Amino acid sequence: MLLIECPYCGARDESEFSCGGEAHIRRPLAENPISDAEFAEYLFWRDNPKGVFLERWCHDAGCRRWFNAARDTVSHEFIEIYPMGALPKTAAAKRAYDASWRRKTASEAAATSRKKEGKK
Amino acid sequence: MAEIPDRGARRLPGGKPKYSIFSLMRGARHYHQNWQRAWRAPQPKKSYDAIIVGGGGHGLATAYYLAAVHQMTNIAVLEKGWLGGGNTGRNTTIIRSNYMWDESAAIYEHALKLWEGLTQDLNFNLMFSQRGVLTLAHSWGELREMSRRVHAIRLNGIDSDVLDPHAIKKLVPIINIDPNIRYPVMGGFLQKRGGTARHDAVAWGYARAADDLGVDIIQNCEVIGLRRQGGRIAGVETTKGFIAAPKVGCVVAGHCSVLADMAGIRLPIASRPLQALVSEPIKPELDTVIMSNAVHMYISQSDKGEMVLGAGVDKYNSYAQRGSFPVPEHMLTAAVEMFPILSRLRMMRHWGGIVDTCPDASPILSKTDVKGLYFNCGWGTGGFKATPGSGHVFADLIAHDRPNKIAAPYALDRFQTGLLIDEHGAAGVAH
Repeated sequence: MLLIECPYCGARDESEFSCGGEAHIRRPLAENPISDAEFAEYLFWRDNPKGVFLERWCHDAGCRRWFNAARDTVSHEFIEIYPMGALPKTAAAKRAYDASWRRKTASEAAATSRKKEGKK
Repeated sequence: MAEIPDRGARRLPGGKPKYSIFSLMRGARHYHQNWQRAWRAPQPKKSYDAIIVGGGGHGLATAYYLAAVHQMTNIAVLEKGWLGGGNTGRNTTIIRSNYMWDESAAIYEHALKLWEGLTQDLNFNLMFSQRGVLTLAHSWGELREMSRRVHAIRLNGIDSDVLDPHAIKKLVPIINIDPNIRYPVMGGFLQKRGGTARHDAVAWGYARAADDLGVDIIQNCEVIGLRRQGGRIAGVETTKGFIAAPKVGCVVAGHCSVLADMAGIRLPIASRPLQALVSEPIKPELDTVIMSNAVHMYISQSDKGEMVLGAGVDKYNSYAQRGSFPVPEHMLTAAVEMFPILSRLRMMRHWGGIVDTCPDASPILSKTDVKGLYFNCGWGTGGFKATPGSGHVFADLIAHDRPNKIAAPYALDRFQTGLLIDEHGAAGVAH
């Protein structure tokens, strides 16, 4: 049983939480033209690393609030817990964020910048 | 439709020598210390015509069918640990083909038909036992949904029958059909041709038959890199050096994303722990496999007498081959209420395997953007039952570099086209 440090309630048993999978997946903006393949990157393609993984958790049998966590998928150790919408601060979690293939995808580019001209 | 060997007819080669009462007597004379090796332990060659990464049931089946059906014998199976030490040795050995969608029916029924003649094909006793698989419904909604599925399944020519609680009680005397328990038994559906097989024997049988046809099975050889040359695969980097091959098939279940990453391709897979446990052995009590999707429980009794119980999948990604306690605890509380005789049984062993779950709960059998690199993954919580079908179809895909009719719907591009095969329903939740 994992003991998870909810940022709002403190340490609680893992059975009070649910895991929402990969964090930092940004939905492409509606006004950006995007192909089916690029949309699949957002909708289906998932990071599944052996090692540090950035994911979302919800304390659904407690305060029902969401937060982000950096967790090792081999040791299950929580490296960092940080709020939704923020980026990780510890070195290992930062590295995992920067190294993710998702940072280079077209779907993420379409989520962060406004309308690309002339494409498709 | 791929050609399916007749039930009981031994047309495929491989799997010598024969075991007999005489070889058993000879073995007994030497206190069973001098049995011949069932397969060789070769050193890897510099290059092969094809390499299969992963020496579990699916990988070994792929290698066997490549050699037996497609005459590709200059191939190797690379396994980082020992044969069948991953999910092949960790599942609850349930075999069935009662899936709802046509695509699923095709591949799982193909597998079941192969199972029916597999002991003969491999010349190895797989202890395949068609004892019937009964899936329970615990609410009216579930029961109605189940009837709908049963009709769909029967339209595909697969046997399936709905049973009421009294018929279930007759079939399974130890079940509690009291309507006042937390998960009351409202009915169920039975596939009589479903059952179990001995999981280790499946890996060993395929390994022995493949080895007999000249396939090199190399254990303790981990793949640490996939070498690309332009747009195609050149070979694999392993702990035993570089091995060249124009075709590489990856059948590594939980680690498929790690391998895909080496080749720079992406998969929609999440790797999760799935847990199972066995009790101390007792006298024969249960001659049917019972599954419950609402509880995420499956139970059967092994030939040794142990109750084999499987739980649901854990909620977070992991590569640790162990699960968290709340998952089996939830399953066991419901199991004890449903089967009161379990309450005083001691559980002997408890373990986890890492399963490759796919967004639509259906597998991926696919070519990739890298020419000559193939993936067979995403079987998630229910790959064991498909072992022969998966290997047969994947071998065909590798040999001809194009998917056959059964494999075609399972290509990776379904996540772009949206033609998903959604088996999250009653037949696809627990496997």
